Amino acid sequence: MKMLKVFVPFLFVTSFLVFYYFHIQKYGGGMIDPAGIIAVAEKNLMLTAFGLMMIVVVPVFIMLFAFAWRYRAGNKHAKYSPDFHESKTLEIIWWIVPGFIVFLLAIITWKSTHELDPYKPLVSDKKPITIQVVALDWKWLFIYPDEQIATVNLLQIPKDVPINFRITADAPMNSFWIPQLGGQVYAMGGMTTQLHLMGSKEGDYKGLSANFSGDGFGGMKFIARVSSVSSYEDWLKEVRNSPYALTESEYEMLRKPTSYDGIFYYAFSQPGLFQKIVDRYMLPENSFSPDGTQYKVKSHRHDKHDKLE
Amino acid sequence: MFGKLTLDAFPNDVIVIVASLLMVVVASLVIGLLFYFKKWKWLWNEWITTVDHKKIGIMYILLSTVMFIRGFTDAMLMRTQQAVSVGESYGFLPPDHYDQIFTAHGVIMIFFVAMPLMFGLINFVLPLQIGARDAAFPFLNSLSFWLTFFAAMLVNASLAIGDFAATGWLAYPPLSGIQFSPGVGVDYYIWALQIGGVGTLLSAINFFVTVLMMRAPGMTLMRMPVFTWTSFCSMILVIVSFPILTATLFMLSLDRYFGMHFFTMDGGGNPMMYINLIWAWGHPEVYILMLPAFGIFSEIVSTFAKKRLFGYTTMIYATIAITVLSFLVWVHHFFTMGSGASVNAFFGIMTMIIAIPTGVKIFNWLFTMYRGRITFASPMLWMIGFIATFTFGGMTGVLLSLPAVDFQLHNSLFLVAHFHNTIIGGVLFGYFAGVAYWFPKIFGFSLNEKLGKLAFWHWILGFFVAFTPLYILGLLGMTRRLQHIEGGNGWQTLLIISLCGAVIIGIGIVIQLVQIVVSFLQRKKNLDTTGDPWDGRNLEWSTSSPPPHYNFAHIPTVYGRQAFWDMKYGNEYQNLHHHFEDITMPKNTPAGFFIAGLSFVLGFSLVWHIWWLVVISFLAILFVVIMRSFEEDTEYIIPKETIALHEASRHHYLKAL
Repeated sequence: MKMLKVFVPFLFVTSFLVFYYFHIQKYGGGMIDPAGIIAVAEKNLMLTAFGLMMIVVVPVFIMLFAFAWRYRAGNKHAKYSPDFHESKTLEIIWWIVPGFIVFLLAIITWKSTHELDPYKPLVSDKKPITIQVVALDWKWLFIYPDEQIATVNLLQIPKDVPINFRITADAPMNSFWIPQLGGQVYAMGGMTTQLHLMGSKEGDYKGLSANFSGDGFGGMKFIARVSSVSSYEDWLKEVRNSPYALTESEYEMLRKPTSYDGIFYYAFSQPGLFQKIVDRYMLPENSFSPDGTQYKVKSHRHDKHDKLE
Repeated sequence: MFGKLTLDAFPNDVIVIVASLLMVVVASLVIGLLFYFKKWKWLWNEWITTVDHKKIGIMYILLSTVMFIRGFTDAMLMRTQQAVSVGESYGFLPPDHYDQIFTAHGVIMIFFVAMPLMFGLINFVLPLQIGARDAAFPFLNSLSFWLTFFAAMLVNASLAIGDFAATGWLAYPPLSGIQFSPGVGVDYYIWALQIGGVGTLLSAINFFVTVLMMRAPGMTLMRMPVFTWTSFCSMILVIVSFPILTATLFMLSLDRYFGMHFFTMDGGGNPMMYINLIWAWGHPEVYILMLPAFGIFSEIVSTFAKKRLFGYTTMIYATIAITVLSFLVWVHHFFTMGSGASVNAFFGIMTMIIAIPTGVKIFNWLFTMYRGRITFASPMLWMIGFIATFTFGGMTGVLLSLPAVDFQLHNSLFLVAHFHNTIIGGVLFGYFAGVAYWFPKIFGFSLNEKLGKLAFWHWILGFFVAFTPLYILGLLGMTRRLQHIEGGNGWQTLLIISLCGAVIIGIGIVIQLVQIVVSFLQRKKNLDTTGDPWDGRNLEWSTSSPPPHYNFAHIPTVYGRQAFWDMKYGNEYQNLHHHFEDITMPKNTPAGFFIAGLSFVLGFSLVWHIWWLVVISFLAILFVVIMRSFEEDTEYIIPKETIALHEASRHHYLKAL
């Protein structure tokens, strides 16, 4: 009976863990299934830190259950020292041991944070591609400035080529995240952030916003496709065949709130559009005013002109 | 006339209508019962106008219980929605409703469940532990409670009239700005938190002063019980951090009401400033909740292991270290903002350093158990459950504190699982343990142990079943706050398992409620006539259960760290004198209730832009405050004869309960 009491919970926990393990193996995805060098480094870093912490966590669990069992009130054989409440040696040990582990972790943190700084360009003999990312309500716009094309909700990149992302938002704050390629960075209106990633395995990966941005947030997904260089070139041609061009007026249409949008290509994107999107919040005439319509785009010069007439 | 308030503000959604009707029915039932039993006078004299720290404590705990039921209902709705809203199906909650629910869940659980539960326990226990007859400012205490109460009612009002914020519990701008949230939801959020925040701040000042000024003779700082110490540190954190929250929300309301540009994207505003400020409050807030729970565990482990607390001094220094460090880590909530590697690394390392004093505490508790005689009463079970779950939570917390790892887990369900792991496993288990531990002191009879243990096992099982899948979902790349998920990625299975866990927790909650009812019905069997049911060590156990209105007929003198233990078993036994003296106690006053009630009107009219009512209610608040300041006759004397009589009839009273 006593054995059963221990065995049943043990079996229960083990079967859950086994199930989780196979579940993860079967479906994959996310940071533990990396497909890019940054994601691999980040996963390994997590595992290292996890291992280091086991040095403290495992003894805690062993002591917890051992002490609780051994010193239960029913066990009269166990030693009872009601006044044992101080021990310099012991207390020094448990300031120093966790302290030492944190010291190691601190070194790891300092080094890894600089090495995996999202702002740090990746070293490669291949020429990096710059992609400008705009988080809109609730879709992702990708502008390829060198190719002068743009896409919505599909990001295709060639394998083993470093990608320099320049990220902003023309919407509430979002977070640009492709878990299998690497960590996320916020997308913020009026500001530009940077992220440097590189895909090392071909495939379609989930891209998403990791920061809640309103009602359509659930549908704010994109596909990050890592392909061979040749199929990337083919894809560029395909995009160029699109009948649409991303001009400023077209952009005004695009930025209207929609969700669960599909993939969309623009054969041409107006140069300098990304900077214009970032700058629009700097300009007084683009200031939001709460009365009436969402955006009141007006020019001060026009106002004066109207008055003169 | 009524500002933005029109008939459109009233609910038209089935779930909301049912919930509002339920609220109305419950409220009318309560009012009806009060009329039926003619209890209005009793309610007014004994509870609403009371300044007794014990009664205020009980009311805080009651408020927390009621709000907990609402907060948990929100949690169930969310878990169900995520489990069914997969692929073709979009679930039963449309996005705007779902968004309000997760916002309300966070706000309610932190501000109107955890905080009131903490203040309830501090209110009841802290003055008793330091041998005081009341808090330093009894009227302020009543005002604080009623402000918290009416703030919670403002959140509840948003359910029936208008809507609540749909922004997430910290209302990040620009989403919470007027541009993207033009409705009244964020305004409800702002004014509920402002009113509740004032209550919290006043309460913290009150107990800060109480600890410094009201300790019994002989109780030096380093002789204070650990719960008093950790609560004291928590109050310091409140005093330092809550003004930041107030100022931040004030600036947000200036943006929303007057079109200013503190946190807007345009006009030179900077939304990221809000995120910095709100977390400069928000991270200390985590420790405000956590520290008193640490104190509760310290009391419990020493009582139930029948052993002195191991390493009292290190315990206190660890607490102080956590207090200071909690202000130096806020950036770890947004490493992904792009602050640069050195800034991120600094805040990551500071975060890890907090793990050291926390680890020290855990080792101290373990070595309190070492060579003890442990009885597994329900408070002790919560304690052991806490160490097991909290250690996990701490570990995942350290993982998240590595910036490069955080980039991959930030805002994912891994994060959600992490903070529920620490808040449920740490804070909530701590307060549950505290309630079970001090319940006989509060009400004079113990809780049913069998049901208490059953509730514990449901909670701990439900917790792991509910949150382990969320950790895994986070690792698989699922973000929080999703109203809908794509199918075919194996997430739904995990979400359904998580829902099952939530149901198990729900059963645990039902058992807890049943436990209270059953214990009340069996109260004659579980009567605590000794005042000391657990063989306790601190002064709260030296009075009767429940303590008399004046707490102590004689203010005890303290000679050591375990004041009551020394009285019971040591040489410092204090003879109970039969000589009594008059005791001066504070008089009841309705001023706190009026001020807070008017604050509710003020908040409500600000939400709906009913400007004439704003002016009237504000002037009325000023009027009551001024009237109260002219009140000079605020104390009364309990004659020594009454005290002698009361002390003699103590046991008779308890038996008659």
